[in-house]
Amino acid sequence: MSAPVRPITATELGAHEFLSGLSARFLHGLVPEAERRELPVGHTIARAGDPAREFFLIEVGKVALEIAAHDRPHLTVLTLGPGEVFGWSWLVAPHLWRVDARAVKPTRVLVVSGTALRRALDAHPTDGYRFLQRLVPILAQRLDATQLQVFDVYRP
Amino acid sequence: MPDVGSRWILARAEFPSLLGALARAGYRVVGPTVRDGAIVYGSIRSVADLPEGWSDRQEPGTYRLERREDRALFGFNVGPHSWKKYQFPPREQLFTLHRDGSSTFEVAPPPGDEPPTAYLGVRACEIAALRIQDRVFVGGAAIDAGYARRKSRRLVVAVQCGQAGGTCFCVSMGTGPAVRDGFDLSLTELIDAGRHEFLVEVGSPEGARVLEGVPLRPADASDVRAGEARVAHAASSMGRTMETEGIHDLLLANLESPAWEDVGRRCLACTNCTLACPTCFCHSTEEVPDLSAEHVERWRRWDSCFNLSFSELHAGSVRTTTSARYRQWLTHKLATWFDQFGSSGCVGCGRCITWCPVGIDLTAEVRAIRSAAARTRSGSGGSP
Amino acid sequence: MSTAREPEGPVAPSPGHGSPLEPAPFTVRARAQDTRDTVTLALAPTGGTGVRPFQPGQFNMLSVPGRGEVAISISGDPGRAGEWVHTVRSLGLATQALAGSAVGSLVAVRGPYGRGWPVESAGGKDVVIVAGGVGLAPVRPLVLELLRHRDRIGRLEVTYGARTPEDLLYASELAEWRRRTDARFQVTVDAAGRDWYGDVGVVTQRIPDTRFDGRNAIAYLCGPEIMMRLTAEALEARGLPREAIWVSLERTMQCGVGLCGHCQLGPYLLCRDGPVLPYGDLAPLLRIRGL
Repeated sequence: MSAPVRPITATELGAHEFLSGLSARFLHGLVPEAERRELPVGHTIARAGDPAREFFLIEVGKVALEIAAHDRPHLTVLTLGPGEVFGWSWLVAPHLWRVDARAVKPTRVLVVSGTALRRALDAHPTDGYRFLQRLVPILAQRLDATQLQVFDVYRP
Repeated sequence: MPDVGSRWILARAEFPSLLGALARAGYRVVGPTVRDGAIVYGSIRSVADLPEGWSDRQEPGTYRLERREDRALFGFNVGPHSWKKYQFPPREQLFTLHRDGSSTFEVAPPPGDEPPTAYLGVRACEIAALRIQDRVFVGGAAIDAGYARRKSRRLVVAVQCGQAGGTCFCVSMGTGPAVRDGFDLSLTELIDAGRHEFLVEVGSPEGARVLEGVPLRPADASDVRAGEARVAHAASSMGRTMETEGIHDLLLANLESPAWEDVGRRCLACTNCTLACPTCFCHSTEEVPDLSAEHVERWRRWDSCFNLSFSELHAGSVRTTTSARYRQWLTHKLATWFDQFGSSGCVGCGRCITWCPVGIDLTAEVRAIRSAAARTRSGSGGSP
Repeated sequence: MSTAREPEGPVAPSPGHGSPLEPAPFTVRARAQDTRDTVTLALAPTGGTGVRPFQPGQFNMLSVPGRGEVAISISGDPGRAGEWVHTVRSLGLATQALAGSAVGSLVAVRGPYGRGWPVESAGGKDVVIVAGGVGLAPVRPLVLELLRHRDRIGRLEVTYGARTPEDLLYASELAEWRRRTDARFQVTVDAAGRDWYGDVGVVTQRIPDTRFDGRNAIAYLCGPEIMMRLTAEALEARGLPREAIWVSLERTMQCGVGLCGHCQLGPYLLCRDGPVLPYGDLAPLLRIRGL
């Protein structure tokens, strides 16, 4: 099933809290390769191992990140809602998805091409640094969370 | 009846009459006696039960009885026992719960029939220890019924120390060697060429009552001076000193001192120090049901913070290393006891030093922590 | 308003006679199986002589006679007299016996003990409550008390995390709470299958989304120590001073009244001085391994 696609503006990109405050120049560089998608419940956005070409910013709805293996049921390890982001493997070689991503509510996302992002980060290092200053804490927090999950804190 | 605060002289030959008077006043007498090569506390029925002519030599990890040249009755220092075994017995029933097939149960306290007991030969540090345990068991919001009962039935017959042992440091802890209060009667053994008497001080109306009928003569100024000289001699011969200045903050500011690791390598976690300590009060509770669980006894027994199981939670013990357990014991004894009960938990009796099988000396451990802290502060702790 | 602990009266003596260590007989009036290993028991005094009022966050000592005694926090409604409600997770001999108690069976009870949540300190402030696992049990009376006097506080934000959806306590009550418009209840689990439609993630990940004014808020945390520490750090990062954070700690408790020495944490006897204590004082202690 292909999700409905709508082109967007730099203002709309900047309205997402993750991108707010970044320069218009930086955001304009993304617009040609950015779009807004409506995702129905159950829509699989990506699977672990897929090439990671896009960055996702949630506007509305809820997305589950799952780990899947042939011999086990899907395990949801994180759900994300409005204002949150996912899909950062376009930044890190070998640019493959680490988890499955699936819409679990009617969801609207902003999608930006990883190629465009890498280009913009290179071209505007000040914005690029600010971008990473927002992304890295999120990754760090997810790493903390994973440690707590591995630690299984509520285990008897 | 003698006045509280009055002083008297009891001749050695009349000592049995003091024991007789205690018995007549309704007291079972417990006190020092020689058993298995040590002076321990047990039943005293006659003067012959006392360690007449015995002394002890104490050093870290060492305790030896030695013959004295005189026939002093109290010419030794504290041994492995303390009075806590009477106040806070090693094993004690808390209550029995009877169900008897009914839809409810009855809780019956233990008989509580301990006789009034005279503790004969209580040293200054031990009076301090009794007071510390009193604060723990009956000084707070929760009153321990058994302890309170036994406390109300105890008579303290103190003995002034005329000498100090090799592991004594009561002077540092401010608990001795002079017995100043907290007693019903206090005895100072006056023994030298041709003289063997006891200077007796009356500390309470009950002490005065007990003395009735005991042949005494009033003490004069020279008797009192002789007694003070004995105590002064003990004060000047302390085997150890503890630097207590700022000790609470010192220990709590150095919970990760390398000194803990060091002592943790030497400590066997054998629990001897906590059992010998006159103030250690930690205990565990256990239930003993009959087969039908219609009758359940709840008991408590001495436990020790050196046991791995002592800090056990469902996921495992909190203090898994010996150094963590030693740190718990020492910081509790010397620092957090102040927070919990308003005083130090250490009276400077030295038992934990003497009875440690590897001779760990807490006064030396405190010095090690102090000097490690000083090295860190002066910045000379690192490599050049 | 200061976050200092308001006076809470003397330690309550036992409901039995004489010694504070003697229990009184209680009868299991109701039993609900919350999860695979956790049940909630409503206990009423056998023979029916009321129960003492308790502070949210206090605990009782419970035992099935002959099976050992254990400290369990009170999880009932402080406004409801006549019974004590306890949520028990079956972990050892004593808790297994309690969790297996049928309606009508006898439980020996003494308490309530300890110092609970400083409820009065919440007056006029935003309140953040974060609970993990069975840590919801000791905060349930607090939540009920705050909801009863909802007008006395600012925002009320409750975040509850559990291991999996199957481990969530008080499921129907949670659903009821989540429908309220005057408080926000976030529920999250560490991991879930596809049949769970709620949030997945650890509680600390919900803190950025929690709404409060750090200059005028108070937080109450209850759960595993590591969870409380990371949550407190996340709240501090959001501008809540650590003096405004209260945590409930767990150590072995045997006497419940400060006599046995088991529950020490540095200067504290947790049964007597806690189990609820200010995080500002605890933070340095919680950093020390094996204290």
